[in-house]
Amino acid sequence: MESLKAEGVENIFGIPGGANLPTYDALVDAGFRHIQVRHEQGGGHAAEGYAKASGRVGVAFATSGPGATNLVTAIADAMMDSVPTVFITGQVRTELIGTDGFQEADILGATLPFVKHSFQVTDPRQIPEYVHEAFHVASTGRPGPVLLDIPQDLSRADIEYATRTEPVELPGYKPMSKGNIKQVRIAAKAIANAKRPILYTGGGVVNANASEELRELAAADRFPITSTLMGLGAYPASGESWLGMLGMHGTVTANWAMDNADLIVAIGARFDDRITGKLSEFAPHAKVIHIDIDPAEISKNIGAHIPIVGDAKLVLPELTREYRALQTDTTRLDAWWKQLREWQQQHPLRYEPGVDGEIKPQFMIEAMHRATRGEAIVTSDVGQHQMWAAQYYGFEQPRHWINSGGLGTMGFGLPAAVGAKVACPDDDVVCLAGDGSLIMNCQELATCVAEDIPVKVFLMNNGYMGMVRQWQELFWDRRYSSVEMGASPDWVKLAEAFGATGMRCENADELEGTMVRALEADGPVLLDVRVAQEENCYPMIPPGQAARDMVEAPKAVS
Amino acid sequence: MEAGTPQMVKLEDLHVPGQLSGRKHILSILVENKPGVLARIAGLFSRRGFNIDTLAVGPTDDPSVSRITLTLDGAVHPIDQVTKQLHKLVNVLKIRDMEPEETVAREMAMFKVSAAVESRAEIIQFAEIFRAKIIDVSRRTMTIEVTGSADKIEAFERMIRPHGLIEMVRTGEIAIARGGD
Repeated sequence: MESLKAEGVENIFGIPGGANLPTYDALVDAGFRHIQVRHEQGGGHAAEGYAKASGRVGVAFATSGPGATNLVTAIADAMMDSVPTVFITGQVRTELIGTDGFQEADILGATLPFVKHSFQVTDPRQIPEYVHEAFHVASTGRPGPVLLDIPQDLSRADIEYATRTEPVELPGYKPMSKGNIKQVRIAAKAIANAKRPILYTGGGVVNANASEELRELAAADRFPITSTLMGLGAYPASGESWLGMLGMHGTVTANWAMDNADLIVAIGARFDDRITGKLSEFAPHAKVIHIDIDPAEISKNIGAHIPIVGDAKLVLPELTREYRALQTDTTRLDAWWKQLREWQQQHPLRYEPGVDGEIKPQFMIEAMHRATRGEAIVTSDVGQHQMWAAQYYGFEQPRHWINSGGLGTMGFGLPAAVGAKVACPDDDVVCLAGDGSLIMNCQELATCVAEDIPVKVFLMNNGYMGMVRQWQELFWDRRYSSVEMGASPDWVKLAEAFGATGMRCENADELEGTMVRALEADGPVLLDVRVAQEENCYPMIPPGQAARDMVEAPKAVS
Repeated sequence: MEAGTPQMVKLEDLHVPGQLSGRKHILSILVENKPGVLARIAGLFSRRGFNIDTLAVGPTDDPSVSRITLTLDGAVHPIDQVTKQLHKLVNVLKIRDMEPEETVAREMAMFKVSAAVESRAEIIQFAEIFRAKIIDVSRRTMTIEVTGSADKIEAFERMIRPHGLIEMVRTGEIAIARGGD
């Protein structure tokens, strides 16, 4: 407990059990806020939501066996999205390890592929040291999850805690931070020579708290800028160089810009398959500058012509300075911008408005933007609603868009909102949920009520697991297989059963007003919004195809 | 051309370095001697689809540090990616991709062969040519120890196989840099 305090921990999410009884006993007097979640997976995602909203390390506790295995999805999620988190699990007593004891699970072994690092305590005197090392590894370099597994008998031991004075030193862990200045100079010159450059930014910019630095770079010239799902908000959606998100459900302009660019400046992004589509046809004309804190990301999927390993917060100002010093003629970008503006005009994001009060899902996101003045911290589940939010909400600030990008974990949104609200109690925290996803972790509504965490759940209810349905419609001849949600609960009653407020909206004209009321209401609210059932999310790059094969929404026949 | 002018970097002159070396690589990896380290390394290889050809683990002169020597095929794996992923493991201290010309690599193998009385002389002769040692003899078998490069061991295997190879055990290569370093 003392080591956790020394790390500045204030909030912990978790559930007690047999093997972490000693830890929970110590918790009584330790002075942390402990949020007693209703399922360990929820605790794990709440720790992630906390970390993503605040930039600080999220902490979750679970007991051994099933408690620990319930955390696995959240740990894998935190690994894929580089979320600084520390998971502390109880383990059976030392003498029971390896005997298939009651509630024993080899959580260290189970999570090896999904952790940045992990420790199992074998001597109670290691605990303070391991806690500090865990926080150090989780929060530095490319952030990620660290697991600390403590056998029950060892967590009972009475040990002295000496306040740590020197920084953590791990002989095999030396993350790079400053980029190589020579490489930065070459990069600046390459950008100066590019006629069709594009900045392609990712979650790494958000993790590095380098949003300001990115905006400075973008302002150094008229560089068009696009971002992955994870990087939204680092550059404001209202900014004039913004092309929209790229990738499978990105804008036509962003994807065609990548396809036609002569130079891609990738910053904290990892050329994931949802971005590149068919790898061999990705950005065929482009040279690549790749800035990333993790050297293993460079040239992993797409070869980098100019690699720069470093922290975006330190590298970007240098790059901006070097670029400005070159005093390049900005008119060289005129033709490029003319082309981009043309695409933007001809291929905007669009949908057919609903008739007779029908709520189109895209309209719901726009209404949500208006009701929250675009300022809410939005968490999301995984599916169509997530993509529509990414397309239509227009994020202006980093750490305001919290979702599961890499692992794509349905049921992430509500517990993540719990964590985000704990981290940022003064912000509106809205969980944009899908009906397929929400039910996977809806037990956390009980946490919201019991712990007085007033998150607002805006449920985009279309009666389907919509994204899967869309794929079945488009690529599997509309043979719907297990995608209808059928007998979903009455969400209003469900909210009320948990002691939260339930609301419903079925008419587009009333939607924004209802949302405002939900935001103004005390306590947690679940707003069930009935949207058009079989709306598809466009534009879309069909799986395994290239950006130029992007499919747009079919035009309505009038 | 003046320093500071952008003309010094032309986009068309930029190239991505080749990823596949096309040769065998010996990686000499120093790791912290802690529980689970080998599982982390083995797990990393299987998860990323890298194939280990040989693997040898042993102590070093420092009891807190172990050495893992592994070989893999640079024709199928981008070695750069393998070493970068390995470096991300916190318990990995140092990785050296041994240059073939500057490295002495050795492997030991033991061969148990059928050795009827009439073929023994020939087997002993082979062993002498390969500077191998006969370390065990029974009425029907001989066991021979061979040390050398992987090529030499494979050559010996080809020679001895026609006599009836009962079992072969190989250690996997270990390697050390040549000369003062």
